[in-house]
Amino acid sequence: MRPESVPGDPFSLLRKRVHEAEGRGRRAFALFQAARHPGPLVWILPSHAPEMPMLRGLPRGVGERLHLIRPVGETDLLWCVEEALRADPVSLVIAEPQKPLALTVGRRLQLAAEAGRTSGLMLIRQEAGSNATETRWNCEPLPATAADSTLQRWSLNKNKNGTLAHWTVNWNGTSAAFHMVSEARERHEPAEPPH
Amino acid sequence: MARGLRRGMTLADARAICPDLATRPADLAREATALATLRRWTGRYAPMVGTDGVDGLIADISGVSHLFGGEVELREDLQARMDRAGLATVTAIAGTRGAAHALARHGGGIVADGSLAIGIGHLPVTALRVDHDTAEALARMGLSRISDLIPLPRAPLARRFGQGLVLRLDQALGAQAEPVAAEPDPPHFGVRMTLPEPIGLQSDVMAGLARLLERLCAKLTLHRMGARRVRFELRRVDSGSAVVEIGLARPMRDPIRIAALFAKGVDEIDSGFGIDGLRLSAPLTEAMAPEQVTGQIGDGPTIRHEDALADLLSSIGNRIGFDRVQRLLPATSLIPERSFLIAPAAYSSPEPIPQRSGPGRPITLFPPEPVTAASGTPPANFRWRRMRFTTLRATGPERITPEWWFDDPAWRSGLRDYWRIDTQEGPRLWLFVTPQTQDWYMQGEFA
Repeated sequence: MRPESVPGDPFSLLRKRVHEAEGRGRRAFALFQAARHPGPLVWILPSHAPEMPMLRGLPRGVGERLHLIRPVGETDLLWCVEEALRADPVSLVIAEPQKPLALTVGRRLQLAAEAGRTSGLMLIRQEAGSNATETRWNCEPLPATAADSTLQRWSLNKNKNGTLAHWTVNWNGTSAAFHMVSEARERHEPAEPPH
Repeated sequence: MARGLRRGMTLADARAICPDLATRPADLAREATALATLRRWTGRYAPMVGTDGVDGLIADISGVSHLFGGEVELREDLQARMDRAGLATVTAIAGTRGAAHALARHGGGIVADGSLAIGIGHLPVTALRVDHDTAEALARMGLSRISDLIPLPRAPLARRFGQGLVLRLDQALGAQAEPVAAEPDPPHFGVRMTLPEPIGLQSDVMAGLARLLERLCAKLTLHRMGARRVRFELRRVDSGSAVVEIGLARPMRDPIRIAALFAKGVDEIDSGFGIDGLRLSAPLTEAMAPEQVTGQIGDGPTIRHEDALADLLSSIGNRIGFDRVQRLLPATSLIPERSFLIAPAAYSSPEPIPQRSGPGRPITLFPPEPVTAASGTPPANFRWRRMRFTTLRATGPERITPEWWFDDPAWRSGLRDYWRIDTQEGPRLWLFVTPQTQDWYMQGEFA
């Protein structure tokens, strides 16, 4: 029996599962999720990756809890992800695998997340996910007309436990609060035939 | 020395006497370490060996010399060994500590029992461990040798030169006791076990390790220390050996949790024809205050959160290296690259991040990448990473000047004007321009 996600909040990730995010805005989505998870955070990125999280730009309360792990090579990276998912105290594991995730890998990570009661979020490149993922999000920053709004388009492309949808969200990158601009959903029920 | 050099001389004087003098700055820490090593070695001659000043050792050889054939033979043996090691030493044997000290610093030798006053009488009064002022006052009075002091009445001597001189004289002549105290050795965190029969099974090795760990951790608890590195050496019957070494993310002395970290290393050991000796040591330790233990030890859920996190960082650090497990710490610099520090998580603790002020900062930062086809300031459109962007809105500039007190090659191009540019394509980017050259670079991306 899996715990249901909180009704009314479409962005809470199902606990004890591994999720995936792709698109240009995936790091912003990861930080948004990090701000919503209390407890230690682990961010695993390859040692050669040039992009580093910048401490002063992170949402409030994330920087102190963040542990960066920078392994060399994909095997070590996946080992670190599995080990971190298996650890009990970690609340969210964010990882940036460089290669497409195989089904075996995805399955192993799901088992590790269940064993450690930890959520995982894989920041993948386009089309590099595995079928074992619980949800897959496509995150893109959107241009905004107002000067102080930072619009994000977060679409749920794959969901093992619910429906697909996409949202346009105004999240300013400093706290866990967000402002829903509009709610839209892909129709999954058959259309009513015209009378 | 033969040409008149002495201790305490100024370098200029010494150079004037001896122009081809080779000089080297004194390294007091290394000298003290060398002296401590020598002190341990000198333990072969006497049970009580202590250091005597910064350049001497004193040993109490009462009842020991006959083992070496007599005092003369003992001293010859010591000198021969020192010479072989390339150490120029002067040694002396005397009935009291003060006399031995005095003689060793003035040529060395042996003072026979009962002839202390004759043996050290010819030495200058400075040999008595008196301070410089007293020695000078004595010289002014014409008292330059110890033999001049011995016949003098004590009371006027003490009144004029202080109690210290009389005390030192009495100590040298044996009227006042001055024992030699051996210094306490620093605790050694190592235990070993020799097995009557060789073992080869992994479970047997782990059982041996558990027993050793229990003893090692008891020792650590006694001294209120925690291990940072633990080294496990296994001796095989064919006199080969295997070593497993682990690091710990924070000082620890819990046998069960340390044993869990050894499981992988022990798994990879080739036991050959069997292992008959185990040795466990903690080469690196840190002070660790006793903590209150809540719940039962070895009970899964009661292990506290920090401990469990430290275990995770230890196991990851042991595989990929502790320098790759990092933490971000705030820094005071305004330069984006130096506004935070990346520190190894095992050797730092999280710090509160000060309240932010001023213009916003991007969530990701990368080394500057050139932007091409930029038109105008701020650019109306530009290319970066082979993508074309059109500016929707530009916020800036924020001028950041280099820190002249650091020579940073990345900032040689001078000051930078930073712009936040919201593009029509979506991404919100952090660009800078160097006003001197009008080159545009990309350095970060906002949420």
